[in-house]
Amino acid sequence: MTALLTIIVLVFILVAIWQMVKIFDLAQAKNDSISGVATDKDNTINGYLMMGFLAFIYVITIVCFVKWGDLPLMSNSASEHGPTIDNLMIISMVIIFIVQTITQFLLHYFAFKYKGEKGKKALFFADNNKLEFIWTIIPVIVLAGLIIYGLTTWINITGVEEDEDTLVVELYAQQFNWKARYAGNDNTLGKANVRLIDIDRANILGLDEADPNAQDDIITTELHLPVGKPVLFKMRSQDVLHSAYMPHFRAQMNCVPGMITQFGFTPTVTTADMRQTPQMIEKVKNINDIRVENSKPLLAKGEEPLEPYEFDYLLLCNKICGKSHYNMQMKIVVETQDEFDAWLSEQKEFKNSLVN
Amino acid sequence: MSAHADNHAHDDNHGHHHKETFVTKYIFSQDHKMIAKQYLITGTIMGVIGVLMSMMFRMQIAWPEEPNVLFEALLGKWAPDGVMDADIYLALVTIHGTIMVFFVLTAGLSGTFSNLLIPLQIGARDMASGFLNMVSYWLFFLSSVIMVISLFVEAGPASAGWTIYPPLSALPMAQAGSGMGMTLWLVSMAIFIASSLLGSLNYIVTVINLRTKGMSMTRLPLTIWAFFITAIIGVVSFPVLLSAALLLIMDRSFGTSFFLSDIFIQGEVLHYQGGSPVLFEHLFWFLGHPEVYIVILPAMGLVSEIMASNSRKPIFGYRAMIASILAIAFLSTIVWGHHMFVSGMNPFLGSVFTFTTLLIAIPSAVKAFNWITTLWKGNLQMNPAMLFSIGFVSTFITGGLTGIILGDSALDINVHDTYFVVAHFHLVMGISALYGMFAGIYHWYPKMFGRMLNKNLGYIHFWITAICAYGVFFPMHFIGMAGLPRRYYTNSNFPLFDDLANVNVIITIFALIGGIVQIVYLYNFFGSMFFGKKTIQNPWRSTTLEWTAPIKHIHGNWEGEIPHVHRWAYDYSKPGHDDDFVPQNVPLKDGEEELQH
Repeated sequence: MTALLTIIVLVFILVAIWQMVKIFDLAQAKNDSISGVATDKDNTINGYLMMGFLAFIYVITIVCFVKWGDLPLMSNSASEHGPTIDNLMIISMVIIFIVQTITQFLLHYFAFKYKGEKGKKALFFADNNKLEFIWTIIPVIVLAGLIIYGLTTWINITGVEEDEDTLVVELYAQQFNWKARYAGNDNTLGKANVRLIDIDRANILGLDEADPNAQDDIITTELHLPVGKPVLFKMRSQDVLHSAYMPHFRAQMNCVPGMITQFGFTPTVTTADMRQTPQMIEKVKNINDIRVENSKPLLAKGEEPLEPYEFDYLLLCNKICGKSHYNMQMKIVVETQDEFDAWLSEQKEFKNSLVN
Repeated sequence: MSAHADNHAHDDNHGHHHKETFVTKYIFSQDHKMIAKQYLITGTIMGVIGVLMSMMFRMQIAWPEEPNVLFEALLGKWAPDGVMDADIYLALVTIHGTIMVFFVLTAGLSGTFSNLLIPLQIGARDMASGFLNMVSYWLFFLSSVIMVISLFVEAGPASAGWTIYPPLSALPMAQAGSGMGMTLWLVSMAIFIASSLLGSLNYIVTVINLRTKGMSMTRLPLTIWAFFITAIIGVVSFPVLLSAALLLIMDRSFGTSFFLSDIFIQGEVLHYQGGSPVLFEHLFWFLGHPEVYIVILPAMGLVSEIMASNSRKPIFGYRAMIASILAIAFLSTIVWGHHMFVSGMNPFLGSVFTFTTLLIAIPSAVKAFNWITTLWKGNLQMNPAMLFSIGFVSTFITGGLTGIILGDSALDINVHDTYFVVAHFHLVMGISALYGMFAGIYHWYPKMFGRMLNKNLGYIHFWITAICAYGVFFPMHFIGMAGLPRRYYTNSNFPLFDDLANVNVIITIFALIGGIVQIVYLYNFFGSMFFGKKTIQNPWRSTTLEWTAPIKHIHGNWEGEIPHVHRWAYDYSKPGHDDDFVPQNVPLKDGEEELQH
């Protein structure tokens, strides 16, 4: 219905435009020497519109930053490397903001200031090596800084060493859900290949049943992580490309059938603590207000209202993977080591989960 | 027909030795001006389809799973009771991308203006090979037809995203669209690439060999430089996509394993072993990234020319403009990996690609500053073409700047494949290139059709489009930074994103207005062909050679001798001349110095 109304409104706008043009045409028909070429009047009107458009760009920028600027990606990171990325992001945004404000001003202001007049002659100004040198060298310096900062950050993030202390977890993707596999007591993931999948025996990830390391592996449908402990994800996919996207941890890596990819980080804030941060409380409240509002039409139809939202970290699929790509997610729980150990001990080991 | 290539034979007996029938004049024409118009009209039709698709999926995103009469009418069985199916959503996104990137902004833009302007601006009778040019257009037409036919396939058209990453695109059981729909997509693209290669080779040969007397490379208008370099990039990179498409066809139909390995799907293990989807990504983006420069460089060339002409000033820094085109062309072939920072390739490669990618900002910045300086102290004629050119610079800057976030591997991790990327590339190569194309159409319409476009309709078209373009893509950056992935049929399964729903509604409303206002342009474009005011020979008072040719289209472009060139293309407002422009074919006055550019 909304869409239909929108279309009707748009049709009216079109008719209005058409009428306006006819009026313009009638008003101008006599003045034009060559029809279709801008007159001084056109230059003036469009010159002023250029300044108006500059104002529009500034307003839309301010509105966006004020209303939607305080978003998860700019703050509230929950991993050790998160703040480095956020800093770099903020520095980049500030540079972009400055350059954008200045260049858009110059562009639109010049378009306004030098709008054409009959009989005026433009300045014949074809070259100036000094100017061009300046605006080549400034981007070079700024970009050199960004490249160096960016590369150091990148090397730190991707250079995860696997040592005694690292928790190794396999993330396993399939159309359209996620599984996690923990290494168990031996801290070594057992061998696996999708060719070994045996649905009848409930060997759903294709673990090598003969591999001793695989026996104590634990397969889960929720991802639990102990806070403060480095975790290294080994990622697999059984069918098509997927991408493990964990925005709160500033982490993403594709899952590729036929190869194992990896990404590591250290979670720093437990789910419980994150829920208590003022920003998150406000965000959740805001979302719940929206959900109450959205529930009204449902209740009117006699359906169930939407469930209230409670914050959880999420793992999303972020590479187009088929029909239900939009609903491929897994809950991530960050908790203390004790809670984690307790949870893990409740899960079934691989050798006990098989059906004979 | 080979007489066209032979300038001298043609000079004397022009127009007498061959009769034109309707078929040779309008359909199987070998005349570059007619082929340009054919490209433009085919591109326009494809553009209408592409834009309609985007309006449909924007409505789905704003009002998810709500019945919509438009869906019911246009999508038929894919929108039972007017509710869009999730598969067809992906198909719409996929075909929208394919059509806009390849059929509108590559063939429609580059095909139209390279064909129209290369012979006219360098002073040639026609393309080096009129026949190849005709074949090139008809291959493009054929590929367009196949792409459109693929929309009517039983199981639905290709829907693996315009990047068609395998295994999703390779396995019919992974997705409904990966059956016949994908086969037709691949066939269509293979033919498209053949068309593009024939066109590019023709452009290169023509620019190198058929320049008129006095037209040295450093006197060429920037349009020609842009088309020339674009054609070279195309010849270098398109064959790689062709090979990727062929290998994918082999994997799909003949059981090879180039891109597939160890796959378990729908309860069975497939036989594929040893291939890698990452290989496909490399091959795809080896074209895919240069492709965005294939799209944007011609637009840059058109904008440079139009800005100089309408500012009544020389383009600022002509040599720097050429140098930056060359730098962009070179760098464009070694940055493809920035699409693959999270693909699982070695992180060291990521470092290399971050470095090369951020370097590309330097020539881009030089170009932007030079355009702005071209406006400085000009006498700006605000024709619709000029407005679109200024709009081009504006969106190119806005969209380009966020490239320094996406090109930075560490930052890309977090916004990769979110709406941030969608906003970035739509502004920097989608909207910008469209603006370049519109600017070119408004500017060269009199040359193409002998009539003027209505300028007031042009103003309305520009201003509403400009506002809508920012209204759509500026807020989109922010939902991307909030972590919203692209290509989601609906976000209602993620309460996390509920507070972004209203932004999506705003974006969609701007998109609908922006899409519908293009009717004003279509009306102007098709109406003016028949009812527009007749043009004079050089309505914009430009210096380049095409405006010395007669309004009426004739084979061979000029009656009598081809004009000789005595100066560069940008003698606007040159001191010592009464007029504020000196055409390229006007000899230097006594004592006048040619600019050492």
